[in-house]
Amino acid sequence: MSDRVAITGLGAVSPLGVGADALIDRWCAGEVAIADGVAACSDFEPGEWLTVKQRRRADRFTQLALVAAVEALEQAGWSSGLPVEAERIGCIVGTGVGGIGTIEDQHDILRDRGAGALSPLAVPLMMANAASGVVAIEHGLKGECYGTVSACAAGAHAVGAGMRLVRQGVVDACVVGGSEAGITPLASNCFVGMGATSKTGISRPFDARRDGFVLGEGAGMLVLEGESTARARDASVLGWIDGYAATADAHHLTAPDPEGDGSARAIAAAIADAGWRASDIDYVNAHGTSTPLNDRSETLALKRALGPVAHEVPVSSTKSAIGHLLGAAGAVEAVATVAALQRRLAPPTLSYGEPDPELDLDYVAGGPREIVRRDGSPRAISNSFGFGGHNAVLCISGAS
Amino acid sequence: MTDTTITREAIQERVFAALVEFGADEDAIGPRATWEELDVDSLDLVEFAQIIEDEYGVELREADIEQMTTVDDAVTMVTARIA
Repeated sequence: MSDRVAITGLGAVSPLGVGADALIDRWCAGEVAIADGVAACSDFEPGEWLTVKQRRRADRFTQLALVAAVEALEQAGWSSGLPVEAERIGCIVGTGVGGIGTIEDQHDILRDRGAGALSPLAVPLMMANAASGVVAIEHGLKGECYGTVSACAAGAHAVGAGMRLVRQGVVDACVVGGSEAGITPLASNCFVGMGATSKTGISRPFDARRDGFVLGEGAGMLVLEGESTARARDASVLGWIDGYAATADAHHLTAPDPEGDGSARAIAAAIADAGWRASDIDYVNAHGTSTPLNDRSETLALKRALGPVAHEVPVSSTKSAIGHLLGAAGAVEAVATVAALQRRLAPPTLSYGEPDPELDLDYVAGGPREIVRRDGSPRAISNSFGFGGHNAVLCISGAS
Repeated sequence: MTDTTITREAIQERVFAALVEFGADEDAIGPRATWEELDVDSLDLVEFAQIIEDEYGVELREADIEQMTTVDDAVTMVTARIA
């Protein structure tokens, strides 16, 4: 029999600060962590958290993952030792572009000083699987370990993949998450060049004035354990990953299916995987990028998948507070969703003010909304969609 | 006495500085410390060879690097190659 998958630790480094509490509390307080058109982790000083050796051997995206992982493992009570055999603990961390900062720096060196000056650390820093490998090395996690790469769905794919490993009993526990540090000259200008980012520098998902996403950076990590493992050691359960599904649009390189077909199928399949009905959902943590196309197709997908319930459930986007964290987004948003359910709050879509006539759901304007559930623990879905047509949806229950 | 002479002491200082850059424990750095004690691995040593080449124009080959196990070994090797 498959084990229910408990969440026992949360960690985040986001533009709202270091820590999962900073993320959820500042978001609910209405803070927008965007300055000069980007959402950087400006509070994050690597030297405060990491040794010289750790910093030298990790691109910024891996540094962010390391710090978020320490928070998650501490909360899980793993600091003084792993709860099960190291071989029974996996580690899966997603990213969109991996060590792009290292790639850019090394390219400068190649051009200016020649091949002989390239760093021997370049490859291990730039590789997209570095965050998963380095987190596993740091904590001695010896089970299945790899990175997921699916653009802005990578973090959710990582959480989903780890959830399946635990549920199927392949491992007893899995450290999962996503990380991104793409606010670099090349990456940010490439996004500008393709017209994906906001010209106004404002992230306002679902608003009629939305004009693109705001590039962000950060990492989110979660500790997942089988219920039996968590119960056996009397761990504090923060929530549950009860369902997961992923699909492909098979439609276009960057544009979502205009009818939201792939994303609707992912939402419906995730809910079915959890054994839920649409009416069970108390909150939707939307992908909500603030691009004209995503927010329209996601709204359609929610209506297709949830039916009339779509109009009753609060829908909000973390990206209104912290911009778009690309491959980290799904993981950071899963962290935010768990924390929101713990607080029994549907956080707001910030900067939302001018409704788009086509987008007619409840986007939680203004401030956070209390979640009231009469029976059992509150339930949410967290959507993530990526360039390439990747759709990944997580079903998250709060602790009762 | 000429100003251009590179002394063994100067080389040792540069090696110590490189080890600090690599993240070695400063209190543990000394002539007799081994790479293992300083947590210096093959990736660090490739970078060490780059630093020596940039600084002194001396190329350390893989075989040279393999012969070094302590800080003093490295200082001796570089001093001999420069002379």
